[in-house]
Amino acid sequence: MLGALQGGAHPLFSMRFSERTDTGMTTRRHLLGLGLATTLTLAAGCTGGAGSDDDGGAGGEITGEITVLTNRTDLAETALPAYGKEFEAKYPGTKVSFEPVTNYEGDVTTQLSSGDYGDVLLIPNTVAVDQLGQFFEPLGSTDELKAKYRFVDEKAFDGKVYGLSIGGVANGLVVNKRIWQQAGITAPPKTPEDFLSGLAKIKQTTGAVPFYTNYKDGWPLGFFNSQRAILGDPAINDKFPADPAPWQPGKIEYITDGLLFDIVHGGLIEKDPLTTNWEGSKPMIATGKVATMLLGSWAVPQMKDAAKAAGANPEDIAFWPFPYQTGGKFHARIEGDYKAAVSRSSDNKATARAWLDWFVNESGFAGDQEAIPPAVGQPLPAGLKAFQDTGVELVELPAATTNAGKEDEIIKESEIDLTGNIYRQKLVDIARGAAKGDKDSYFAELNKRWGDAHSRVMR
Amino acid sequence: MTVLLSRPRPSVETARPAKRKIPAHWFYLAPALILLITFTYVPVGNMVWYSFHKWDGLSPAMDPVGWDNYVRVFTDERYWRVFLISLYYFVASFAQIAIALYFAVILSFSTRFRNLFKGILFFPYLLNGVAVGFVFLYLFQPGGTLDSVLRIVGLGDQARLWLGDPDVANISLAATSVWRFTGLSFVLFLGAIQSIPGEIYEAADLDGANRWHQFRYIIAPGIRRIISLSFILAISGSLAVFEIPFIMTGGANGTRTFVIQAYETAFQFRQIGLASAMAVVLLLLVLLITWIQRRLIPDDEVSLS
Repeated sequence: MLGALQGGAHPLFSMRFSERTDTGMTTRRHLLGLGLATTLTLAAGCTGGAGSDDDGGAGGEITGEITVLTNRTDLAETALPAYGKEFEAKYPGTKVSFEPVTNYEGDVTTQLSSGDYGDVLLIPNTVAVDQLGQFFEPLGSTDELKAKYRFVDEKAFDGKVYGLSIGGVANGLVVNKRIWQQAGITAPPKTPEDFLSGLAKIKQTTGAVPFYTNYKDGWPLGFFNSQRAILGDPAINDKFPADPAPWQPGKIEYITDGLLFDIVHGGLIEKDPLTTNWEGSKPMIATGKVATMLLGSWAVPQMKDAAKAAGANPEDIAFWPFPYQTGGKFHARIEGDYKAAVSRSSDNKATARAWLDWFVNESGFAGDQEAIPPAVGQPLPAGLKAFQDTGVELVELPAATTNAGKEDEIIKESEIDLTGNIYRQKLVDIARGAAKGDKDSYFAELNKRWGDAHSRVMR
Repeated sequence: MTVLLSRPRPSVETARPAKRKIPAHWFYLAPALILLITFTYVPVGNMVWYSFHKWDGLSPAMDPVGWDNYVRVFTDERYWRVFLISLYYFVASFAQIAIALYFAVILSFSTRFRNLFKGILFFPYLLNGVAVGFVFLYLFQPGGTLDSVLRIVGLGDQARLWLGDPDVANISLAATSVWRFTGLSFVLFLGAIQSIPGEIYEAADLDGANRWHQFRYIIAPGIRRIISLSFILAISGSLAVFEIPFIMTGGANGTRTFVIQAYETAFQFRQIGLASAMAVVLLLLVLLITWIQRRLIPDDEVSLS
């Protein structure tokens, strides 16, 4: 009966299955979308508009209407139309309208296959790099654009760039400095061991939750994948997919996922991971009920806002590098977040391209969002400047070239969602004793699954 | 006699069906058939087609892979193990049917405030599944409503991590499902019970039957078909649980059901072909179980007279 309600009558059943799946997806993505869109100032989440006319092609006049898809539902009625007005003032005769999409990744992926997806949009991460050319206009060659913009190779294929970042972020720990100070730690820990003992001191001396996983919402667990720069190896994105066993001791996943395991195993996280809440975690870290979360620089302004709203001191919130040094130095990855692109099916590519260029170069959007400006040479936002001044090297990791797209394929094939939360939730479950296994057995299993998929993909 | 002969109607009636009967009934059927075919059979056909291909949902090229996807569903432990989670919901559905039947019988007799109670019992079913998920998420939080209630009644030491403890999580979720869907079973049962003619009860009363006898010999046989339908729905439903665990745990902590797994395969890992194969397997399983169930319990015409 349970099913009755859920499933419906059987002849229709499989049909219902797909409907239900969609509903579920919407729901969850919706949450995630809200999380990302309204709360995260994901630099990534910018609505960028990007337009391009045919690369080197027919140009066309900059006039008429364009539609820009955005995941920033929180800005779609306010800040974005203001940018739109500025653009329209510069190019009379144009009109920019924004279409906010709450469940951005899922909905836009569906729209892509239908052929109707606006003139300028953010490239959903579901599109593999070798498929970019099917849906988006090339914006220029990688070599040529590299001189002008950061992050150009993240959505590029075969020497052509399909998307421009609308604002970059740095990866690292968001901490409540005051709590760490109470535990006697004032500088970012340099090794995983120091970090763990620091968390343990916080637990003993302050009563705060040392590390908040955001297990239930899930996506914050994905930031353990954003720490690849810590090894200081610029070629890692090419090397990574070539490695059939990245969870071996000393390798990157062993370091990052291993730290997560140790944190959880040491009892240094919230009491019940199943009931964490992203929105609720912001005031918690702001007021010192939580000491640490692994996120990105985009989260800092939000936590400060939460501190102001809760009457706490926004200056307590600081941004620290991941606790691992190579060659005596911290390395933090900076990346471009969502890239804006011009739709290949756009009727008005000239205007779309003009909007994209204007939005990336002149709108000031990245600065307004405290993100890293995509144009080379523009200054870093103040918060990141301070972060860099503490001796952290900001590293932009070039995307894989010889193994372009392989990592995504292995992820799909092995169903180990490196960028997501599914296998990391299992890791947390094992570490807290809620599922069978231990660190070695789980890492061995991951190595095996990854290796099997690796051999199917790379052959 | 003359009157009868002079009536033209019979001949007209026979003439009209002969010409128009077939077009007319197709005409009336068309809207339903078009909707059914467009939104049920065509998608199912597509799904079966996808299930024999490797496809990411975007690429124009679909690689035919034969039975590979099906082989994977049955040989890779991660895909079939999740079926075991359905057992929690299946067991819970017996509780659901029992509770619903109990209240349906009680409230079919004249009970004080019976309409109020009917409303209360049916109400959870009217709530949106997502809302139910959130309500119970707060209920099950550490220090949440459930823990507080337990403390008030002096059972505070029974409190545990209702969703965080892997031994309890599936039971908590199944209980939420029961809470939500009991109302529907209840209404089905109540409707069936009320269609039993009142004279039969009167006759039974005269014969000295008590309430138990009435249930055993009148109500239970009278609603047999509905009970058997409930079991079919229970089985297919528990194989296809999705909403509640998806909202409340996202499938984490050992609560991943088959449909959540299929969803993740399709939409997070973009393996539409493999996920379609999972859906086809689920469909066939439900059909098979339904068929077995119908063989074991033949659906006789119910007759109370």
